[in-house]
Amino acid sequence: MSHIVIEESRCKACYLCIKECPKKLIRVSEKTNALGNNVAEFYDPNNECLGCAMCATRCPDLAITEVYRG
Amino acid sequence: MTTQVFKLPESLKKDAKYTFCPGCDHGVAVRLVAEVIDELGIREDAIVAAAIGCSVTIYDFINIDALESPHGRAMAVATGIKRAKPDKFVFTYQGDGDFASIGWAESMHAALRGEKISSICINNTTFGMTGGQLGPTTMMGQVTTTSPTGRNEEYYGYPIKMAEHMALCDGVAFSARVSLDSVANIRKAKQAIKKAFEVQLQGLGLGFVEILAGCPTNWRMSPEQAHDRVKNEMMQTFKLGIYKDITAQQ
Repeated sequence: MSHIVIEESRCKACYLCIKECPKKLIRVSEKTNALGNNVAEFYDPNNECLGCAMCATRCPDLAITEVYRG
Repeated sequence: MTTQVFKLPESLKKDAKYTFCPGCDHGVAVRLVAEVIDELGIREDAIVAAAIGCSVTIYDFINIDALESPHGRAMAVATGIKRAKPDKFVFTYQGDGDFASIGWAESMHAALRGEKISSICINNTTFGMTGGQLGPTTMMGQVTTTSPTGRNEEYYGYPIKMAEHMALCDGVAFSARVSLDSVANIRKAKQAIKKAFEVQLQGLGLGFVEILAGCPTNWRMSPEQAHDRVKNEMMQTFKLGIYKDITAQQ
């Protein structure tokens, strides 16, 4: 099943990925990282992710490190 | 079956953590450069002439040889490297303040000499690292810390259009302006970077790509608003497109 991997320590909370996701599967987490940012979180309970990698293409901080499709 | 469709490029350092501001498009540009280096298989031969400004940190993130240049002189340094080591792949990674302000003479003359190098220039219409002063590419009416009432032609003159100027130089093989405001444009930007690298590998001349990017910190905007500004304001002044491609003419 399609999914993405977010490396939370790299997230700088610009949230560009949230706007980019066509299925709106990324949200602001309540967790914070060492930078003090509320990190972006992948939330896909219904397996809707397309594996389009638009979030990873947009992420300016290499926080979305892997995208799988299938 | 699950297939991996995205991974970080091999040319990026494994523990690289960008020190750019949140939402800064430099991160995307560095990743695209690394991806193209991977795809062309030139990591062992690549040497980057780093510039001054926010772009200076490229050698912290990308796993190739690098040489730091004095302010604005990246094209001159790249010329020296290429002439001493003509079998190496040499490129510069600069900002608009470095490339088109203090380094305009070096940049233009490298283009006129037709050096076999490539140049990536990030245009964010301001001097980012020093606090958002008026730069050579600042748009008409744009408010910066040194143009508090907005840029006007009587006092500050007009913005420079780098891709068009470079296209006029006979030594340039490829000159394009691309943008990082949307995913579609990011993909086009990667194609342009690849082309600019290929013309050097083919020995045709200088490859130049101007990349429009947002600077949320100095524009006092959210990353999203910054991309809207790139789309709605910058792309009106700085038209996207390929201004010269001698491989297409052939």
